[in-house]
Amino acid sequence: MGIENHLNNTVHVTNLEWFVNWARKSSMWPLGFGLACCALEMIATFVSRYDLSRFGMEVARPSPRHADLMIVSGTASKKMIPAVRRIYEQMAEPKWVIAMGACACTGGIYKNYAVVQGIDRHLPVDVYIPGCPPRPEALLDGILQLHAKVMKEQSIRRPRLTNVKAV
Amino acid sequence: MKELLPEETIISSELFREQMVMMVKSEHILKVCEIAKNDPELAFDFLSFVAGVDRYPSTPRFEIVYQLYSIKKNHRFRIKCRLEEPTEGLPRIDSVVAVWPTADWHERETAEMFGIVFNNHPDPRKLLLPDHWKVYPLRKDFPLEGSETETPDLPQ
Repeated sequence: MGIENHLNNTVHVTNLEWFVNWARKSSMWPLGFGLACCALEMIATFVSRYDLSRFGMEVARPSPRHADLMIVSGTASKKMIPAVRRIYEQMAEPKWVIAMGACACTGGIYKNYAVVQGIDRHLPVDVYIPGCPPRPEALLDGILQLHAKVMKEQSIRRPRLTNVKAV
Repeated sequence: MKELLPEETIISSELFREQMVMMVKSEHILKVCEIAKNDPELAFDFLSFVAGVDRYPSTPRFEIVYQLYSIKKNHRFRIKCRLEEPTEGLPRIDSVVAVWPTADWHERETAEMFGIVFNNHPDPRKLLLPDHWKVYPLRKDFPLEGSETETPDLPQ
Protein backbone atom coordinates (compact mmCIF):
# COMPACT_ATOMS: atom_id res chain seq x y z
CA MET A 1 0.00 0.00 0.00
CA GLY A 2 1.09 3.47 -0.62
CA ILE A 3 1.53 5.07 2.71
CA GLU A 4 3.04 2.03 4.37
CA ASN A 5 5.84 1.83 1.87
CA HIS A 6 6.45 5.47 2.36
CA LEU A 7 6.81 5.00 6.09
CA ASN A 8 9.06 1.95 5.61
CA ASN A 9 6.47 -0.53 6.82
CA THR A 10 6.57 0.76 10.35
CA VAL A 11 2.97 1.79 10.43
CA HIS A 12 0.07 -0.53 9.81
CA VAL A 13 -2.90 1.18 8.29
CA THR A 14 -6.21 -0.44 8.69
CA ASN A 15 -9.85 0.09 9.14
CA LEU A 16 -10.53 1.10 12.75
CA GLU A 17 -13.51 -1.16 13.06
CA TRP A 18 -11.55 -4.13 11.79
CA PHE A 19 -8.82 -3.27 14.23
CA VAL A 20 -11.12 -3.05 17.19
CA ASN A 21 -12.79 -6.33 16.27
CA TRP A 22 -9.44 -8.00 15.83
CA ALA A 23 -8.31 -6.80 19.23
CA ARG A 24 -11.49 -8.02 20.84
CA LYS A 25 -11.34 -11.47 19.36
CA SER A 26 -7.67 -11.97 19.97
CA SER A 27 -7.79 -11.40 23.69
CA MET A 28 -11.18 -12.56 24.72
CA TRP A 29 -11.03 -13.62 28.33
CA PRO A 30 -13.37 -16.45 29.15
CA LEU A 31 -15.39 -16.78 32.28
CA GLY A 32 -15.52 -20.50 32.43
CA PHE A 33 -18.95 -21.05 33.83
CA GLY A 34 -18.54 -24.75 34.27
CA LEU A 35 -21.61 -26.35 35.72
CA ALA A 36 -21.36 -30.06 34.93
CA CYS A 37 -19.55 -32.57 32.75
CA CYS A 38 -18.92 -30.10 29.92
CA ALA A 39 -16.73 -28.19 32.33
CA LEU A 40 -14.26 -31.06 32.23
CA GLU A 41 -14.12 -30.86 28.47
CA MET A 42 -13.59 -27.13 28.75
CA ILE A 43 -10.72 -27.76 31.13
CA ALA A 44 -9.34 -30.29 28.66
CA THR A 45 -9.41 -27.56 26.05
CA PHE A 46 -7.44 -25.26 28.31
CA VAL A 47 -4.58 -27.65 28.92
CA SER A 48 -1.65 -28.06 26.66
CA ARG A 49 -2.97 -30.66 24.26
CA TYR A 50 -5.77 -28.56 22.80
CA ASP A 51 -4.25 -25.35 23.95
CA LEU A 52 -6.67 -22.49 24.30
CA SER A 53 -4.07 -19.87 25.11
CA ARG A 54 -3.06 -19.68 21.47
CA PHE A 55 -6.29 -17.74 21.06
CA GLY A 56 -5.40 -15.39 23.84
CA MET A 57 -7.75 -17.11 26.24
CA GLU A 58 -5.49 -18.63 28.83
CA VAL A 59 -6.62 -16.22 31.51
CA ALA A 60 -9.91 -17.72 32.52
CA ARG A 61 -11.03 -15.13 34.98
CA PRO A 62 -13.10 -16.31 37.91
CA SER A 63 -14.64 -12.91 38.29
CA PRO A 64 -17.26 -11.86 35.76
CA ARG A 65 -16.17 -8.27 35.96
CA HIS A 66 -12.91 -9.15 34.27
CA ALA A 67 -14.28 -11.49 31.64
CA ASP A 68 -15.66 -11.03 28.13
CA LEU A 69 -16.87 -14.46 27.17
CA MET A 70 -19.16 -16.64 29.25
CA ILE A 71 -18.91 -20.29 28.28
CA VAL A 72 -21.96 -21.90 29.84
CA SER A 73 -20.91 -25.51 30.00
CA GLY A 74 -23.19 -27.98 31.65
CA THR A 75 -26.70 -28.46 32.84
CA ALA A 76 -28.36 -25.31 34.10
CA SER A 77 -30.96 -26.15 36.70
CA LYS A 78 -33.84 -23.81 37.36
CA LYS A 79 -32.52 -23.10 40.81
CA MET A 80 -29.29 -21.80 39.30
CA ILE A 81 -30.88 -19.29 36.94
CA PRO A 82 -30.91 -16.24 39.25
CA ALA A 83 -27.20 -16.73 39.85
CA VAL A 84 -26.49 -17.15 36.14
CA ARG A 85 -28.39 -13.98 35.32
CA ARG A 86 -26.64 -12.01 38.01
CA ILE A 87 -23.23 -13.11 36.80
CA TYR A 88 -24.12 -12.29 33.22
CA GLU A 89 -25.27 -8.83 34.22
CA GLN A 90 -22.03 -8.23 36.07
CA MET A 91 -19.98 -8.71 32.94
CA ALA A 92 -19.01 -5.52 31.16
CA GLU A 93 -19.88 -4.83 27.55
CA PRO A 94 -18.86 -6.17 25.06
CA LYS A 95 -19.72 -9.67 26.13
CA TRP A 96 -20.53 -12.88 24.36
CA VAL A 97 -22.05 -16.17 25.46
CA ILE A 98 -21.26 -19.65 24.20
CA ALA A 99 -23.72 -22.41 25.05
CA MET A 100 -21.56 -25.51 25.25
CA GLY A 101 -23.06 -28.93 25.30
CA ALA A 102 -26.52 -30.29 24.77
CA CYS A 103 -27.80 -29.30 28.19
CA ALA A 104 -26.95 -25.64 27.76
CA CYS A 105 -28.29 -25.54 24.21
CA THR A 106 -31.66 -27.16 24.71
CA GLY A 107 -31.76 -28.96 28.03
CA GLY A 108 -30.06 -32.09 26.71
CA ILE A 109 -31.45 -35.42 27.75
CA TYR A 110 -33.06 -33.85 30.80
CA LYS A 111 -36.58 -32.93 29.81
CA ASN A 112 -37.95 -32.58 33.31
CA TYR A 113 -39.14 -30.13 35.87
CA ALA A 114 -35.77 -29.19 37.23
CA VAL A 115 -33.66 -28.37 34.17
CA VAL A 116 -33.94 -25.20 32.11
CA GLN A 117 -34.61 -26.28 28.55
CA GLY A 118 -31.81 -24.24 27.09
CA ILE A 119 -30.17 -21.24 28.69
CA ASP A 120 -31.15 -19.17 25.68
CA ARG A 121 -34.38 -18.71 27.56
CA HIS A 122 -32.50 -16.36 29.85
CA LEU A 123 -29.28 -15.29 28.14
CA PRO A 124 -28.57 -14.14 24.60
CA VAL A 125 -26.40 -16.89 23.14
CA ASP A 126 -23.99 -16.24 20.29
CA VAL A 127 -22.69 -19.70 19.48
CA TYR A 128 -24.25 -23.06 20.24
CA ILE A 129 -21.95 -26.07 20.47
CA PRO A 130 -23.88 -29.35 20.51
CA GLY A 131 -22.45 -32.52 21.88
CA CYS A 132 -22.61 -34.52 25.04
CA PRO A 133 -19.97 -33.49 25.85
CA PRO A 134 -18.52 -31.79 22.80
CA ARG A 135 -14.96 -32.75 22.13
CA PRO A 136 -12.31 -30.08 22.71
CA GLU A 137 -11.99 -29.73 18.96
CA ALA A 138 -15.68 -28.94 18.82
CA LEU A 139 -15.27 -26.25 21.45
CA LEU A 140 -12.36 -24.82 19.50
CA ASP A 141 -14.46 -24.82 16.36
CA GLY A 142 -17.20 -22.98 18.21
CA ILE A 143 -14.69 -20.42 19.45
CA LEU A 144 -13.41 -19.89 15.94
CA GLN A 145 -16.96 -19.34 14.75
CA LEU A 146 -17.36 -16.80 17.51
CA HIS A 147 -14.21 -15.09 16.31
CA ALA A 148 -15.64 -14.94 12.82
CA LYS A 149 -18.81 -13.46 14.23
CA VAL A 150 -16.88 -10.85 16.19
CA MET A 151 -14.90 -9.83 13.12
CA LYS A 152 -18.11 -9.12 11.28
CA GLU A 153 -19.56 -6.99 14.05
CA GLN A 154 -20.16 -3.32 13.64
CA SER A 155 -18.36 -2.31 16.76
CA ILE A 156 -17.79 1.31 15.84
CA ARG A 157 -21.00 2.67 14.64
CA ARG A 158 -21.06 6.02 13.00
CA PRO A 159 -22.54 8.29 15.59
CA ARG A 160 -25.64 9.97 14.37
CA LEU A 161 -25.64 13.30 16.03
CA THR A 162 -29.08 14.71 15.65
CA ASN A 163 -29.04 17.59 18.09
CA VAL A 164 -25.64 19.14 17.75
CA LYS A 165 -25.47 22.85 17.91
CA ALA A 166 -23.14 24.53 15.61
CA VAL A 167 -20.24 26.06 17.42
CA MET B 1 -29.71 -63.58 56.62
CA LYS B 2 -29.15 -62.03 59.97
CA GLU B 3 -31.04 -63.19 62.96
CA LEU B 4 -32.74 -60.35 64.63
CA LEU B 5 -34.87 -60.26 67.75
CA PRO B 6 -36.97 -57.20 68.14
CA GLU B 7 -37.95 -56.95 71.78
CA GLU B 8 -41.11 -55.40 73.17
CA THR B 9 -41.65 -53.36 70.05
CA ILE B 10 -45.01 -52.43 68.72
CA ILE B 11 -45.03 -54.10 65.37
CA SER B 12 -47.86 -54.28 62.98
CA SER B 13 -46.34 -56.84 60.63
CA GLU B 14 -43.11 -58.55 59.85
CA LEU B 15 -41.93 -59.79 56.51
CA PHE B 16 -39.09 -62.13 55.68
CA ARG B 17 -37.29 -62.13 52.36
CA GLU B 18 -33.58 -62.15 51.56
CA GLN B 19 -33.45 -59.08 53.78
CA MET B 20 -35.26 -58.28 56.94
CA VAL B 21 -38.05 -55.80 56.53
CA MET B 22 -40.35 -54.71 59.27
CA MET B 23 -43.56 -52.79 58.86
CA VAL B 24 -44.42 -50.49 61.73
CA LYS B 25 -47.30 -48.21 62.52
CA SER B 26 -46.27 -44.66 61.85
CA GLU B 27 -47.16 -43.41 65.35
CA HIS B 28 -44.51 -45.65 66.92
CA ILE B 29 -41.66 -45.01 64.57
CA LEU B 30 -39.65 -42.93 67.00
CA LYS B 31 -39.80 -45.51 69.74
CA VAL B 32 -38.90 -48.31 67.36
CA CYS B 33 -35.91 -46.39 66.08
CA GLU B 34 -34.71 -45.64 69.57
CA ILE B 35 -34.84 -49.31 70.46
CA ALA B 36 -33.10 -50.24 67.25
CA LYS B 37 -30.25 -47.91 68.07
CA ASN B 38 -29.89 -48.39 71.81
CA ASP B 39 -30.45 -52.10 72.22
CA PRO B 40 -27.03 -53.76 72.62
CA GLU B 41 -27.87 -56.72 70.43
CA LEU B 42 -29.36 -54.69 67.61
CA ALA B 43 -27.01 -51.68 67.80
CA PHE B 44 -28.12 -50.00 64.59
CA ASP B 45 -26.03 -46.90 64.76
CA PHE B 46 -25.93 -46.14 61.04
CA LEU B 47 -28.94 -44.88 59.13
CA SER B 48 -28.29 -45.45 55.44
CA PHE B 49 -31.22 -43.51 54.14
CA VAL B 50 -34.74 -42.33 54.73
CA ALA B 51 -36.80 -42.59 51.57
CA GLY B 52 -40.39 -42.01 50.59
CA VAL B 53 -42.59 -44.02 48.28
CA ASP B 54 -45.78 -42.83 46.64
CA ARG B 55 -48.10 -45.77 46.03
CA TYR B 56 -50.66 -43.59 44.36
CA PRO B 57 -53.65 -45.74 43.53
CA SER B 58 -53.21 -47.88 46.64
CA THR B 59 -54.01 -46.66 50.10
CA PRO B 60 -52.35 -45.82 52.42
CA ARG B 61 -50.68 -43.62 49.90
CA PHE B 62 -47.22 -42.93 51.23
CA GLU B 63 -44.60 -45.21 52.69
CA ILE B 64 -41.42 -44.14 54.44
CA VAL B 65 -38.50 -46.53 54.40
CA TYR B 66 -35.62 -46.44 56.88
CA GLN B 67 -32.60 -48.52 55.95
CA LEU B 68 -30.46 -49.30 58.99
CA TYR B 69 -27.03 -50.81 59.30
CA SER B 70 -25.03 -51.82 62.33
CA ILE B 71 -21.36 -51.08 62.09
CA LYS B 72 -20.44 -53.19 65.09
CA LYS B 73 -22.51 -56.24 64.26
CA ASN B 74 -22.52 -55.92 60.47
CA HIS B 75 -26.18 -56.58 59.89
CA ARG B 76 -28.81 -54.62 58.02
CA PHE B 77 -32.42 -53.94 58.61
CA ARG B 78 -35.25 -52.06 56.99
CA ILE B 79 -38.18 -50.39 58.66
CA LYS B 80 -41.18 -49.28 56.66
CA CYS B 81 -44.21 -47.39 57.76
CA ARG B 82 -47.27 -46.44 55.78
CA LEU B 83 -48.88 -43.04 55.86
CA GLU B 84 -52.36 -42.16 54.78
CA GLU B 85 -53.02 -38.96 52.96
CA PRO B 86 -55.34 -36.94 55.17
CA THR B 87 -58.35 -35.21 53.68
CA GLU B 88 -56.79 -31.83 54.15
CA GLY B 89 -53.26 -30.90 54.99
CA LEU B 90 -50.19 -33.03 54.57
CA PRO B 91 -49.35 -36.41 56.10
CA ARG B 92 -47.32 -36.15 59.28
CA ILE B 93 -44.81 -38.44 60.89
CA ASP B 94 -42.28 -38.08 63.66
CA SER B 95 -38.77 -37.15 62.75
CA VAL B 96 -35.97 -39.49 63.79
CA VAL B 97 -33.33 -36.78 63.89
CA ALA B 98 -33.08 -37.22 67.65
CA VAL B 99 -31.96 -40.80 67.10
CA TRP B 100 -29.71 -40.41 64.04
CA PRO B 101 -28.67 -36.86 63.16
CA THR B 102 -28.04 -37.90 59.56
CA ALA B 103 -31.78 -38.15 59.06
CA ASP B 104 -31.88 -34.36 58.92
CA TRP B 105 -31.15 -33.98 55.19
CA HIS B 106 -32.82 -37.21 54.18
CA GLU B 107 -36.04 -36.08 55.78
CA ARG B 108 -35.78 -32.63 54.28
CA GLU B 109 -35.52 -34.13 50.82
CA THR B 110 -38.38 -36.58 51.41
CA ALA B 111 -40.51 -33.76 52.80
CA GLU B 112 -40.02 -31.45 49.86
CA MET B 113 -40.39 -34.13 47.20
CA PHE B 114 -43.50 -35.87 48.56
CA GLY B 115 -45.11 -33.29 50.75
CA ILE B 116 -44.76 -35.12 54.05
CA VAL B 117 -44.30 -33.14 57.24
CA PHE B 118 -41.83 -34.43 59.81
CA ASN B 119 -42.75 -33.37 63.33
CA ASN B 120 -40.01 -31.86 65.48
CA HIS B 121 -37.62 -31.55 62.59
CA PRO B 122 -34.91 -29.05 63.57
CA ASP B 123 -34.57 -27.41 60.16
CA PRO B 124 -37.62 -27.91 57.94
CA ARG B 125 -36.43 -25.97 54.91
CA LYS B 126 -36.34 -27.10 51.33
CA LEU B 127 -33.14 -28.90 50.46
CA LEU B 128 -32.87 -29.23 46.71
CA LEU B 129 -35.84 -27.54 45.10
CA PRO B 130 -36.11 -23.80 44.51
CA ASP B 131 -37.89 -21.92 47.23
CA HIS B 132 -40.57 -20.43 45.03
CA TRP B 133 -42.04 -23.76 43.99
CA LYS B 134 -45.07 -24.99 45.90
CA VAL B 135 -45.43 -28.43 44.35
CA TYR B 136 -44.19 -31.89 45.26
CA PRO B 137 -42.43 -33.33 42.21
CA LEU B 138 -41.96 -36.99 43.16
CA ARG B 139 -45.63 -37.68 43.64
CA LYS B 140 -47.08 -39.95 41.02
CA ASP B 141 -49.61 -37.39 39.82
CA PHE B 142 -46.96 -34.80 38.99
CA PRO B 143 -45.94 -34.54 35.31
CA LEU B 144 -42.31 -35.17 34.57
CA GLU B 145 -41.78 -32.03 32.54
CA GLY B 146 -43.23 -29.80 35.19
CA SER B 147 -45.27 -26.89 34.02
CA GLU B 148 -44.77 -23.20 33.43
CA THR B 149 -47.15 -22.28 36.20
CA GLU B 150 -46.09 -24.73 38.84
CA THR B 151 -42.36 -25.03 38.22
CA PRO B 152 -41.38 -21.76 36.63
CA ASP B 153 -37.81 -20.91 35.83
CA LEU B 154 -37.79 -17.71 37.79
CA PRO B 155 -39.84 -16.49 40.72
CA GLN B 156 -42.62 -14.27 39.50
